[in-house]
Amino acid sequence: MKGHITCTICPVGCRISVKKDGNEYVIEGNKCARGKQYAIDELINPTRILTTSIKVNGGSCELASVRTSGPIDLSIIREKMKEIKQISVDAPVSVGQVIVKDIDGKGVSLIATREVPLRRSETTKNGL
Amino acid sequence: MKNTKTDVLVVGGGAGGMAAAVSAAKEGAHVILLEREDAVGGVLNQCIHNGFGLQFYQQELTGPEFSYKLEYELRDKDVHVVCGSYVRYIDFSSNSVYVISPSGAQIITAGAIVIATGARERPFGALLIPGDRPAGIFPAGLAQRYVNLENHLPGNRALILGSGDIGLIMARRLTLEGMEVAAVVERMPYPGGLTRNVVQCLEDFGIPLLLSNTVTRVRGNGRLQSVEVSEVDEQFNPVSGKERSFEVDTLILSAGLIPQVEDYVRDLDTDPVNKGLSVSNTCETNVRGVFAAGNNVAVFDLVDYVAAEGWIAGRHAAFNALGKAHQSQRIPVVRKGMVGVLVPNMVDPNEHLRIYLRLKAPMDKGKVIIRELEIEKSFVYGVPSEMIQLVVNKDKLDRIRDLNKLTVEVLS
Amino acid sequence: MQIVVIGGGICGSLILRKLSALRNVSAVLVEAKSDLGQGVTKANSAIVHGGYDDPHGTVRAALCVKGNDLFADLCEELNVPFKRTGSLVVARDNPDEIKKLEELLENGKKNGARGLRIIGKDELKKIEPNLSEDYKHALHCSSAGITEPWMIAIAAANIGRMNGARVITGDPVTGCNISDGHVEDIILESGTRITADCVINATGVHYNEVASIFGVVTPPVKLRKGQYILLDKLAGGMIKSIIFPTPSEEGKGKLVLPTVDRGVLLGPTSERLDSYTPDDVATSDKGLRDVIDAADSLVPGISRYNWIIKSFAGLRPDTDERDFFIKADDRVKNFITVGAIRSPGLTAAPAIAELVVDELIPQILEFSAEPKERIVTRLPKTEKINELPFKEIARMIDDDPLHGRIVCQCNEVSEREIINAIREGAKTIDGVKFRTRAGFGRCQGSFCGWRIAQILSRELGIELSEVRLNEKDAWILNGKVRP
Repeated sequence: MKGHITCTICPVGCRISVKKDGNEYVIEGNKCARGKQYAIDELINPTRILTTSIKVNGGSCELASVRTSGPIDLSIIREKMKEIKQISVDAPVSVGQVIVKDIDGKGVSLIATREVPLRRSETTKNGL
Repeated sequence: MKNTKTDVLVVGGGAGGMAAAVSAAKEGAHVILLEREDAVGGVLNQCIHNGFGLQFYQQELTGPEFSYKLEYELRDKDVHVVCGSYVRYIDFSSNSVYVISPSGAQIITAGAIVIATGARERPFGALLIPGDRPAGIFPAGLAQRYVNLENHLPGNRALILGSGDIGLIMARRLTLEGMEVAAVVERMPYPGGLTRNVVQCLEDFGIPLLLSNTVTRVRGNGRLQSVEVSEVDEQFNPVSGKERSFEVDTLILSAGLIPQVEDYVRDLDTDPVNKGLSVSNTCETNVRGVFAAGNNVAVFDLVDYVAAEGWIAGRHAAFNALGKAHQSQRIPVVRKGMVGVLVPNMVDPNEHLRIYLRLKAPMDKGKVIIRELEIEKSFVYGVPSEMIQLVVNKDKLDRIRDLNKLTVEVLS
Repeated sequence: MQIVVIGGGICGSLILRKLSALRNVSAVLVEAKSDLGQGVTKANSAIVHGGYDDPHGTVRAALCVKGNDLFADLCEELNVPFKRTGSLVVARDNPDEIKKLEELLENGKKNGARGLRIIGKDELKKIEPNLSEDYKHALHCSSAGITEPWMIAIAAANIGRMNGARVITGDPVTGCNISDGHVEDIILESGTRITADCVINATGVHYNEVASIFGVVTPPVKLRKGQYILLDKLAGGMIKSIIFPTPSEEGKGKLVLPTVDRGVLLGPTSERLDSYTPDDVATSDKGLRDVIDAADSLVPGISRYNWIIKSFAGLRPDTDERDFFIKADDRVKNFITVGAIRSPGLTAAPAIAELVVDELIPQILEFSAEPKERIVTRLPKTEKINELPFKEIARMIDDDPLHGRIVCQCNEVSEREIINAIREGAKTIDGVKFRTRAGFGRCQGSFCGWRIAQILSRELGIELSEVRLNEKDAWILNGKVRP
């Protein structure tokens, strides 16, 4: 559990300290109400959108950039990166294409954010 | 050699240039867009992180997605794109642009020109950092290109100099891909990038941020072996005895962006603070029919602003080329108080005014004042890394028609 | 007979070029670094001096004036840029400095230097309007100029190769066999053995080390470091000539001078190193500050922050005698050292090559040179896009689209030029940079570095991660993100 959190709601960047007192959270250092909710969310369940790349076979580019379709738990990001490093897909890849369905077990998918067409020689090979 | 004519010629196919081309085409102009790389998109192609588009598209996108949307519109509007091109010279007296590309050399004569050449990174050589000259020192954008597009890692263990957003983003990116980031070093007493990036790129991964520190020496014969970091005083001079050495094989530089204007400074005015081309609120430069938008005007914090300005530039370039432009007036905009970067530099009262400014230093609270327009906008905590934007409807600009200047001021 | 030249800097390469013109000589050049001209030749002021300040009677004074005379023809043959910009030694309105100018003029006349005269403030102002008002007098030397020293080394070795000489790079000399006071062969790090009837040691700052491999003792080298700052082309309009302050005991002082591609070079410092550290080309905070201060006092406002694109340092081999050491050894009789080639080594280089090939070698080997009947004397003009008119470029792109792919947009260098450089021997990012100026401009490769690495990888048939900045240890990339 983090002892303090930097609020990212606005540029002020309040350093908010969080203590658990029984079942209650004691929040200090926030200059506004939005900071309190942020601090509780960040403490109980911080989430992030993960962006990275996957290997593409036979594409005009070796990588396709990808992102999670929504935020996933911060705590699983390193583990998910390990899985993503093992994945490869065949070209062509289109923007929005689902690469891994339900990557976090909570309904968030990994989707492509870049179009990767077939490499030119592959195009001829397939008679396209 | 080919001679080509077009209504609007756009130089640069990044966010600003693409938006300009689309909006000019929307106004009915024939548009040619010149792009140096093999594909349009500019730096968006390699900015695979999210956080783009909230203003321009009202949805959160990654760089490639933002670019994809604009590219779709380019195709939809039949904009003629010349990739792999290079502008050798522009004759502003006739709006003739000398273009070299693998498909040939041609002179394109345009009714109006939009210059959207963006910015470049301040290179290592310009920083005068003492020491050896080994391999392993990368401007952050070049490292980003290698990792996200060329599928290669720059090294094993890195130090990042400069806490601008791209430096922070690269700290996370390299960490996720298995490199170790020893620290991010910033000579100012506050981070150069967005708070969100400090938290999500550094704190999430336990990467130290060393404020009021800088790199004072690089060592390595062949490949980089170590970097000396030293605390600095308020004048940014290293404090003796406060040095420490980091054993790293990679140094990533996020030392600021420089508007790419050198090829045009003979003909077009620049602003000494913005270090970019001077423009009006119609994005027109001091030369009629020549427009500029994006990071070659001033380094913007959001691509959304760049695209929005590009859009305005393209629209007015089309009006100009198609003979629909009215005779405009130009009132100089001047800065006062804590105003640093400021766009635009001139105002045409017949058009809406969008003001973008950066503070010279962080302020706990303050207000932006434009006395001539009786505008006062307060803010709580402002930092130079985040621009303050103000929009003034053209209806309100009537009263300044007879004035000789408009003063934008920030007071605490 | 086989003559081996060790060292592919400007002296070694020019010697090779001359040797390659001889029918009865087979010439070999051996360079330790991965490319030619990357030692002392690379990091100096790139000035072809007028020859007025080297003390009359020294070897360097005589060879400097002679070298200056040879330079224009040499550069034309090698297709290397050379501009006689003229030089100015500027003096304040005080008797000491004025006297110094007169001494230089006098010394120059004795040396036989050309184009010397002392000018006053009006003419000075006309030539250099941005010069500080402090300077009222100057020694003008119209025969001084600027060039690209490393290109001379590269081009001279190319001519040598075309005339049948062998050029080996990236393979230092590690041993030799000597019998009866004569070198018989030399051994390289790779194990290659090259028989030699004569060895020329032209190894820049390394001449002591290399001589000692052959058991030859040469005057101890005293390294001198010079730090420089390179400015953008935007600064190019500020000056026309090479501008020196009045010289001191330490040397010619820190100057401001134009580069052949319209940039400006500031420096150098002149720091005597205490120990022999031939790899130490590190810059220092003080050194760079001194360079900036000195430049600003000559031409106020020239070292603007946004004009600075690079800082670097180079070493020169000086000695206590402060003169060149060009001599055949008394004991190892077929071993010639071209050592202590300090300033004005660049200017003197063509004269040094003549001295070695036309005088020293015939003397010690007792042979008379026989010229080949047919040799290449001129390198064909390479097509540099940035020197050509637009119409000509259009025609070239019609023949070959790669002329139209401008990779380095700061210096207008095409993919074709880069490929040609690689085919001529560039193996690294620096190899391409020094031959084509790609990556030499204001973005310093921020935009084109990855693309040049890609072209090297493709043309050399190596992985992207095998591309080097310059030497073996200077790797750039560390394997794939997604293998």
